[in-house]
Amino acid sequence: MSALQDKYKQLIDAANTSGASNLQVSEQGNVLHIDGEVPDGATKDKLWDIYNKIDPDYRTGDLALNVNVAAGAGTKAKVTTDSTNLNIRKGPGTDQPVVAKAAHNEIVTLLSKPNDQWWLIKTDSGVEGYAYAQYLSPQ
Amino acid sequence: MKISKILLAAFITSAVSFIGCKPKDSTVQKNITEKFAATPECAGATATVNDGVATLTGEVKDDMCKSTTETTAKDVKGVKSVVNNLTVTPPAAPAAATASPENAMSQGVTDATKDFPTVTATVNNGEITLTGSIKRSDLTKLMQSLNTLHPSKINNQLTIK
Repeated sequence: MSALQDKYKQLIDAANTSGASNLQVSEQGNVLHIDGEVPDGATKDKLWDIYNKIDPDYRTGDLALNVNVAAGAGTKAKVTTDSTNLNIRKGPGTDQPVVAKAAHNEIVTLLSKPNDQWWLIKTDSGVEGYAYAQYLSPQ
Repeated sequence: MKISKILLAAFITSAVSFIGCKPKDSTVQKNITEKFAATPECAGATATVNDGVATLTGEVKDDMCKSTTETTAKDVKGVKSVVNNLTVTPPAAPAAATASPENAMSQGVTDATKDFPTVTATVNNGEITLTGSIKRSDLTKLMQSLNTLHPSKINNQLTIK
């Protein structure tokens, strides 16, 4: 086992037993990459807690942790902003015009995931557009 | 003799109180910085004060910000004049010309840092470098967001408050 895998052993073990799918652990240029899909937001938070404990404030820059909550088309997702409305945009990017807003705690439907950062969603009132995935929690 | 002593004392007292009336450059600079922090939509300006002359440097998003930032500095007590050396960010290149993976990552980084105006992120060869400051409670959120962009590395040089 490499020094990096040894350092993050607790995290790799937790990811392996978390029920994650498509889990990949690899090393590129002295950075350990862990990619995969986890069953829910709580699992994702738990893995990030372990990461922060092993490497406080993520200072070393020797790990790329990209675990996202598995959610297919049709999944309902809750708007989990701190308190504000979530912008729904015409395209995937903050340079795109806002077509509508979803309220804090509103439930929307996931249509597709063009990438891990932007999801295409539909509100109950029928508006379709792209929202920032960080603020959406699949239910 | 006695009178001259009294006069001397009076002179010293008035001299001290005169100096006391004039705000110190460091205090004026601090007050300007606080005023700037209250207008995050025009972030990017830094002020240095010397003998009451405030020099503004940095890059702001448009001409409007350049002039409002100058007005903000002028209104601070103790500022005699303002030297406005602010530059304005050039407009973004059209989307069609920016389709490389590096630019896609830069756009993603812009999106990820939008809600954290005190964070500056730069992309170089697939590596993201973070400078500026952030609240500890927001750090994980930002890191999660940036990791979805598949960077080769994240250099976290943020000051954590």
